[in-house]
Amino acid sequence: MVDYETHDYDVIVIGAGGAGLRAAVEAKERGLRTALVCKSLLGKAHTVMAEGGVAAAMGNVWPEDNWQVHFRDTMRGGKMLNNWRMAQLHAQEAPDRVYELEAWGALFDRTTDGRITQRDFGGHRYARLAHVGDRTGLELIRTLQQRAVHLGIDVFMECKVLRLLTDDDGRVSGAVGYWRPTGEFIAFTAKATVLATGSIGKSWAYTSNSWESTGDGHAMAVWAGADVIDMECVQFHPTGMVWPLSVRGLLVTEGVRGDGGVLRNSEGTRFMFDYVAPMFRAETAETEEEADAWYEDHINNRRTPDLLPRDEVARAINSEVKAGRGTPHGGVFLDIASRRTPEYIRRRLPSMYHQFMELAGVDITAEPMEVGPTCHYMMGGIRVDADTEAATVPGLFAAGEVAGGMHGSNRLGGNSLSDLLVFGRRAGIGAADFAEGRTGSPQLDDGQASAVIAAALEPLGRDGGENPYQLHHDLQQTMQSLVGIIRTGPELEQALEKLGELRQRADKISVDGGRAYNPGWNMATDLPSMLTVSTAVTQGALHRRESRGGHTREDFPTADPELGKVNFVQRQRVERGPDAPIEIGPEPLPQMPPELTVLFEEAH
Amino acid sequence: MSDVTMRIWRGDPAGGDFEEYALEAQEGEVVLDVVHRIQATQAPDLACRWNCKAGKCGSCSAEINGTPRLMCMTRMDQLPEGPVTVAPMRTFPVVRDLVTDVSFNYEVAKRIPAFEPPARPAEGYRMQQIDVERGQEFRKCIECFMCQNVCHVIRDHEENKPHYAGPRFFIRLAELETHPLDTNDRRELVRQRMGLGLCNITKCCTEVCPEHIKITDNGIIPMKERVVDASYDPVGWLGRKIMRRPKRSPEEAAAGSSS
Repeated sequence: MVDYETHDYDVIVIGAGGAGLRAAVEAKERGLRTALVCKSLLGKAHTVMAEGGVAAAMGNVWPEDNWQVHFRDTMRGGKMLNNWRMAQLHAQEAPDRVYELEAWGALFDRTTDGRITQRDFGGHRYARLAHVGDRTGLELIRTLQQRAVHLGIDVFMECKVLRLLTDDDGRVSGAVGYWRPTGEFIAFTAKATVLATGSIGKSWAYTSNSWESTGDGHAMAVWAGADVIDMECVQFHPTGMVWPLSVRGLLVTEGVRGDGGVLRNSEGTRFMFDYVAPMFRAETAETEEEADAWYEDHINNRRTPDLLPRDEVARAINSEVKAGRGTPHGGVFLDIASRRTPEYIRRRLPSMYHQFMELAGVDITAEPMEVGPTCHYMMGGIRVDADTEAATVPGLFAAGEVAGGMHGSNRLGGNSLSDLLVFGRRAGIGAADFAEGRTGSPQLDDGQASAVIAAALEPLGRDGGENPYQLHHDLQQTMQSLVGIIRTGPELEQALEKLGELRQRADKISVDGGRAYNPGWNMATDLPSMLTVSTAVTQGALHRRESRGGHTREDFPTADPELGKVNFVQRQRVERGPDAPIEIGPEPLPQMPPELTVLFEEAH
Repeated sequence: MSDVTMRIWRGDPAGGDFEEYALEAQEGEVVLDVVHRIQATQAPDLACRWNCKAGKCGSCSAEINGTPRLMCMTRMDQLPEGPVTVAPMRTFPVVRDLVTDVSFNYEVAKRIPAFEPPARPAEGYRMQQIDVERGQEFRKCIECFMCQNVCHVIRDHEENKPHYAGPRFFIRLAELETHPLDTNDRRELVRQRMGLGLCNITKCCTEVCPEHIKITDNGIIPMKERVVDASYDPVGWLGRKIMRRPKRSPEEAAAGSSS
């Protein structure tokens, strides 16, 4: 029997990126006993990596902009697979969430008349991204962090949550985990639990995600019996670094293209003009002259194809490299040096300037960057009620990247930070309402907690088993090569088989050393999440026999209108035991009301 | 490619020493890559804190060949030939190996009165770019705490920690003081409780800042001037009384109440 400390709260929020912080702030402001639990130090979450900005139709640069246009851009970017209600709430509420950050101390870049300025980004009809140079995520997380500290929220840092706990009625009643610095275990009881654990990218070899993005929340929700949707919809960002190898996948912000950068192949051709899908033809420039004029005059010119939605650009780059028109290191060129002055580039893109200068020895004010697609964002996730962010298991809420539906099959740049704010707040409200209405105090089920702890300790008691680092490496190779940007049925079948083998190997992991800050053991406790999530992604990809947004099937290269009407929902029947398979099936999308469908009929 | 030798400090609060690891060099690698390869092949329990591996989160601070740097932004091929020494930051207690207990910084953060703007006007807050840029420089801070680590007021002087905020929080305070909308006046707080007077501007903090923030020149020195003005300048005092900027009094702010 291993001891563990216990804590009781009204609301616990797992994950302290933008969504988790915003949810915790909301619950705390309601006067509830609120805890924020995170795997890393406070303020280090992956939100700090967000560069370009927060999409919000404030209309500060283009007064023509409004929530309806933002809503339509978002739905079209997601290839209409989005939960329409989430997309609507997001577009309507994002401006208020940005102004709220300003009132909490954020210092956004300004227009000449002193308002928050906005920049162009892919898929957005108007310049819409409120930003701070190219470090908007840092500004967002720091502002929320400082707000959370000011409110006196209890923060459990470097505390990894392993599993959710449920009560006899199947309601989520808390969670169990361990302190990374000491390896000591900890259990929470809570009336409501918010998952805000972010992404899953660490299961791929080339990713812009940090080590934290192991899909813990996605997996814990599945293990608690909650539905997840659209798990096949993984975004490969078109522009990651490709060299040096050690930083392959590191993000190059879309802001480079928003600020005038263009993509060229090894022949110097601006190839994006050859990849304009019919859906975007009417609003995309046909000549370089028109595309270049668009930056200054959005009304009389059409937008550059360099700023098509991310899925379109990523596939185009993939095709160019495959056709032999790639760069020496297997990417394409992203050129802003020949188009903007060095002063402009350093002012608008300071982080990119330093990133390339220090890591690759490339001066982006003088030479082009080499870029290629990188696993970046998870559109799929926990199925939630659009208004309250309640999952399908009572007592559980989800916000940010761990939640599904908002972005459909492809997310527009800038819609992530606004998603965190809008739905982080709503999840905080949803959880607070649930906590206030919940009858009785959640009881800690020692049997459940002890079983979780025993399972976590197994690798430490084993000798001569699998190396967790090697297993992670093999998982990344599997997902990269078989469930990457372009997929086929036979390869996905093969991936499922390999994942089965990896799951068996994971049962034999052994770890050297003790429990205190032991990264080998930490990796061993992250692997179950990664394997569950990878399986769900692969199953989803196998079932969606079409190409839509971030999900591309070489054997089904076009979108199927019938499949465009369904989500693939996955669910583990937990009553059948922990090894029950994750079942998958199509369910119809929520129906958009006529006053919104009309927005898609207007000619634009 | 040739081999590299890493001398990495291994240990815990009870003590420790450097251990050597030899491995093949790889093109373009940073120190953190090499640490990761040692974890994967030789020392699976080697503790090191990291997140973004892109110089944006400030988690992987360490003393590389004696100089505080981010492991993720230090290229191996730019270090001098010979063994590379990696040690934990010295100013903070060791947790294990390269990981230190930086909770001191989170405690200081709690003592800083929050930003407090006036009510939002109907047409929204208006600020000029030139005015927000002063604060933006300080808000580039990624909280790597390397400035705290090299500050000799607290490096090897545990006794100063209770009454000294350190460079990271001097620029946080400077940021709030220069924020065009803030209505709090924290100058007395800075003087009485944050220990600004102990800083004798040797600029060690500025030298190690990975974000190239001019901590001393743009943050600490102007703050020292403002604090002195607040305490000793009767003309300035009268001016503030006459001007109608609704700053809270230094005494109120120093009392630490923040709402």
